[in-house]
Amino acid sequence: MGYNAFQVLKEGLTGNKGWRPVWRDPEPKSDYDVIIIGGGGHGLATAYYLAKNHGITNIAVLERGYIGGGNVGRNTTIVRANYFLPGNSEFYSHSLKLWENMEQELNFNTMHSARGLINLFHTDGQRDAFARRGNMMCNQGDDAILLDRDGVRKHLPYLDFDNHRFPVYGGLYHPRGGTARHDAVAWGYAHAADRLGVDLIQQCEVTGIDVRDGKVQGVETTRGAIRANRVGIVVAGRSSQVAAMAGVDVPIESHILQAFVTEGLKPTVDHVVSFGMGHFYLSQSDKGGLVFGGDLDFYASYAQRGNLPMMEHVMEAGMSLVPALGKAKVLRSWGGIMDMTPDGSFIIDRTKVDGLYMDCGWCYGGFKAVPASGWCMAHLMAEDAPHEVAKKHTFDRFRTGHGLMDEEGTGSQHNLH
Amino acid sequence: MRINCPICGDRDRREFYYLGAADYLNRPAEGDLDGIHKYLHIRENPAGVTKDLWHHESGCSSWLVVERNATTHEIHSVTLASEVAK
Ligand SMILES: Cc1cc2nc3c(=O)[nH]c(=O)nc-3n(C[C@H](O)[C@H](O)[C@H](O)COP(=O)(O)OP(=O)(O)OC[C@H]3O[C@@H](n4cnc5c(N)ncnc54)[C@H](O)[C@@H]3O)c2cc1C
Ligand SMILES: [Zn+2]
Repeated sequence: MGYNAFQVLKEGLTGNKGWRPVWRDPEPKSDYDVIIIGGGGHGLATAYYLAKNHGITNIAVLERGYIGGGNVGRNTTIVRANYFLPGNSEFYSHSLKLWENMEQELNFNTMHSARGLINLFHTDGQRDAFARRGNMMCNQGDDAILLDRDGVRKHLPYLDFDNHRFPVYGGLYHPRGGTARHDAVAWGYAHAADRLGVDLIQQCEVTGIDVRDGKVQGVETTRGAIRANRVGIVVAGRSSQVAAMAGVDVPIESHILQAFVTEGLKPTVDHVVSFGMGHFYLSQSDKGGLVFGGDLDFYASYAQRGNLPMMEHVMEAGMSLVPALGKAKVLRSWGGIMDMTPDGSFIIDRTKVDGLYMDCGWCYGGFKAVPASGWCMAHLMAEDAPHEVAKKHTFDRFRTGHGLMDEEGTGSQHNLH
Repeated sequence: MRINCPICGDRDRREFYYLGAADYLNRPAEGDLDGIHKYLHIRENPAGVTKDLWHHESGCSSWLVVERNATTHEIHSVTLASEVAK
């Protein structure tokens, strides 16, 4: 079903009885050309672009829970292209361009809002680093403006500018950055992939991967065996478990990232803002809730809920930046399982098994990557060759040490990002 | 989460620094490049019982091997790393 203003009007006047399910609910067939394991943002986008860009439509997306139940529906929805290092820079730039045309492309309202993102700095050293990052962003063809203190004040009058420990010196403004409605992105790709003939199979957990003579043959699932000679593993926080089914070792540790939302308030926070001292970032959802988060809980976990010390840290950081936050009531908090790599950057690559590909290691930043990740993973699986903007994101960089993409400059080792 | 340090007793998680999988105790031989790659990067990353290294940073400063469940956060045992590495 296509969505347009006429449909909305017609359905509104006739009791909304004509709407159809957004995607079919097919029984799994016994074989497909391609199987995608994982119906999160990346798996759905991969299936969509395989069909759209490469004409491969005999595809099953196998999801053990429901579409949108993973990190794609748990994140804080920040979309940006403010990366610094070659490899990440061109990839996220490509992704942001795809975001800007996503709603037309998918015929779905994903509520993408380029409301602007401001990363604050609080020392001279940080100012220099952000100026350099801004130049890299401009060189990549994206937008960045270095704001001084007064410049920031015009946009964000509610900050505590004179905090003694962390005075606001300025910020790096990325006008094209912003947010989107996270589960609408999952639904939009699901809807669009379904319309191109992709089978979305929910409540179907992959429990084994068949490999014979070094080649993938298909998968075992809770709904029976399904064959395909091309399989993509796109399961974010569960990458280690699923890769192990094919004997593939991955450089991933799963950690929890929490997020928080307050009661709905009048519009106050117009941008996405991040604190440069103490990990904290903030935006306001279209419903009015203040959405914010901070750092990982910092120990390996699959709990999908956070711990109290990090909650306290996030609240403290938030209160030092925006004292008014203390008046708002926090409604909910939750956590998602992050697939952390040693250098903090992702992997889209072949594995040692023929026909088996992986898209993983999104750490805490894979929402903004959804369109480009799908685009590049589809390219890799269709052509058996990496896409230009993702070709640096290999498994091998960890073994060789060449081409590591450590954006934070903290080192390439687990537990540093 | 609370960790029962064999020296200091039951303490809040905030007193401890997390390093990572207890595989860090099995240092590969010098020159074993493949071994070093596995040691530094490759993780079993179990969604269940796991063993990892914690430093009692704000306590007795011991390194501990904590056996715990990464899904439920239940802690099964805490041992001094110096005993495990013996
Ligand atoms: C609190 C929080 C805040 C975040 N904020 C941001 C942000 O502001 N900006 C940003 O860019 N990123 C953010 N992220 C990161 C982003 O959400 C993730 O990197 C991204 O969603 C991961 O990719 P995905 O959507 O494909 O994952 P998921 O939605 O987790 O998809 C993986 C799917 O695989 C399925 N699966 C697993 N195992 C199996 C199996 N054996 N068989 C079948 N299916 C299986 C799972 O059920 C799941 O649905 C945040 C994450 C969290 C948790
Ligand atoms: Zn102690």
